[in-house]
Amino acid sequence: MADVLLEGCDLTKHYPIKKGFLQRTVGWVRAVDGISFTIERGKTLSLVGESGAGKTTTAKAVLLQEKLTSGSILFEGRDLRKFSRSQLAREYRPSLGSVQQNPWSSMNPRMRVRDIVAEPLVVNTKKSKGQIRSRVVELLEQVGLRADHVDQYPHEFSGGQRQRIAVARALALNPSLVILDEPVSALDVSIRAQIMNLLKDLQTKSNLSYLVIAHNLATVRYMSHTVAIMYLGQIVEYGGAEELFKRPLHPYTKALISASLLRLPEDEEKGRKQIILSGEMPSPLNPPPGCRFHTRCTEAASTCSQEAPPLRKVGANHYVACLRF
Amino acid sequence: MATTKLMGLDKVSGVKRPKSIFLNLTFIIPAVVLLVAMIMAIFAPLLAPYPYDQIALTDRLMPPAFMEGGSTAHILGTDLVGRDILSRLIYGAQISLSVALMVIVITAGVGTALGIVAGYLGGRTDGFLMRVTDISLAFPAILIALLFAATIGPGYWTVVIAISMLGWAPYARLIRGEALKLRETDFVAQARIIGTSPVRIMVRHIFPNIINPLIIMSTLAVGMVILTEAVLSYLGAGIPPPAASWGNMVNDGRSLLDVAWWISTFPGVAIGLVVMAGNFMGDWLRDKLDPRLRQI
Repeated sequence: MADVLLEGCDLTKHYPIKKGFLQRTVGWVRAVDGISFTIERGKTLSLVGESGAGKTTTAKAVLLQEKLTSGSILFEGRDLRKFSRSQLAREYRPSLGSVQQNPWSSMNPRMRVRDIVAEPLVVNTKKSKGQIRSRVVELLEQVGLRADHVDQYPHEFSGGQRQRIAVARALALNPSLVILDEPVSALDVSIRAQIMNLLKDLQTKSNLSYLVIAHNLATVRYMSHTVAIMYLGQIVEYGGAEELFKRPLHPYTKALISASLLRLPEDEEKGRKQIILSGEMPSPLNPPPGCRFHTRCTEAASTCSQEAPPLRKVGANHYVACLRF
Repeated sequence: MATTKLMGLDKVSGVKRPKSIFLNLTFIIPAVVLLVAMIMAIFAPLLAPYPYDQIALTDRLMPPAFMEGGSTAHILGTDLVGRDILSRLIYGAQISLSVALMVIVITAGVGTALGIVAGYLGGRTDGFLMRVTDISLAFPAILIALLFAATIGPGYWTVVIAISMLGWAPYARLIRGEALKLRETDFVAQARIIGTSPVRIMVRHIFPNIINPLIIMSTLAVGMVILTEAVLSYLGAGIPPPAASWGNMVNDGRSLLDVAWWISTFPGVAIGLVVMAGNFMGDWLRDKLDPRLRQI
């Protein structure tokens, strides 16, 4: 078995919907509904799906920003629920880093770069000012910025440079896992490759694990070792990136891949049809019975609306939740 | 590199900005008025030709120098007991402006602290603090201040506390709204992820980002406070004589308006000028700071 850093077991997050003066719970939003995944040391797991699929909620749960309804997160084999508050603060949180989607809003406009990058160190360590200063310079150089950038404010940088600052901040505590929430989707297309390469370089250099959240399949394919396709709070397909992109099995995965590829003339010749999904994702308040995707599935059979498909092993590292496999 | 280019652009706009400041009369006139008032207040003992409480019964009710019967010894005339109006006006600036400053420091401090706590923590804390704020806003401020001053007895600190007692509420309201907005920003979320304590988030992340509205509101409050102090003094609950404040000077001349209009008029004009200067200054600052130039 590979070296597992973090494992999510049957994670569930249901948000109550409260109504009326007495704030009675009238329903639940099933944002995340029983998902499991493993993140290996030095590897990347990507969560892919439409908005509302539960990707961000999952990431928030890993970052301790959301309390799970049920399920457990194992960090280096230990259940986070058994950690005390101070243990979480001392042993778990410093091994996490986080990069947000929007580099224009993820930094306090009134703070200098030196303070932005130093904040995790100031809050979580007892390093002296001098130590922190040299660490900040080291981090900036690591992400391709110069030491003399420390006294500037975020608005003096371009989007790509800001995202580099965000990466430097995420790496300040030498984390073992970095959560990247759409790390390049807010950037110009021409800058994306730079940032992705930077992230990949840092990964091999420091043996970092990444949990990537993304829409863009090209990004996912380039960055990931493992991919989890999510739909309405559940994982519908899970597997090694190469395998999954070469041999997508779930109709939803196929549709996503088809929608993200350029249409070339030869596709028509070879009779490859583009799959276009109709309609919207159903509400997570009241998910459809059976397979949650059956309302939009192009290959749905009558049993699909009655029987919920379990996530089944179909290859060495390939799982799919569809009744047809 | 891209940064150096960006910095170059910044410098270009940096050259332009001070130019527009100095061309802008809505800035320069209020600034001069406030500066003069401040110089009067700070250097009162050096500037005033007479002590503020020097009584000269032989020189009672002397008109200003430019009127018949006036003398250059008392440029703005004298009051009922022969005190020099100009000297009292200069000393009065000291009291009126220092009351304004003290009140603004106290109300802005209290209001900002409560507003940030309410806005950032939310929930019950927010509910409780905002109800208290609502109640404070509902009271007629002058009446409460008058009641307080009448009970404690007039004096400098009575006036300061009486005006501050309810004056913090508008700040709390404004700042709470800003804090509520900032609480949802990505950078505050990031700070929470990092493990930053709520106190540190409030001090390091929320506070620096509410300074603009705070400055604007404080500038606008200058006029309000001076007026309230004048009203209290006018009603006899302000700064007790013989000390001079602009408000109690207006009050002194009230019954003599038809005989000696200058006693009330000059301090009245001074109040009017400073109040207007404060308001213009606040408006100007709001225009300058509000478009969030910094966030580009």
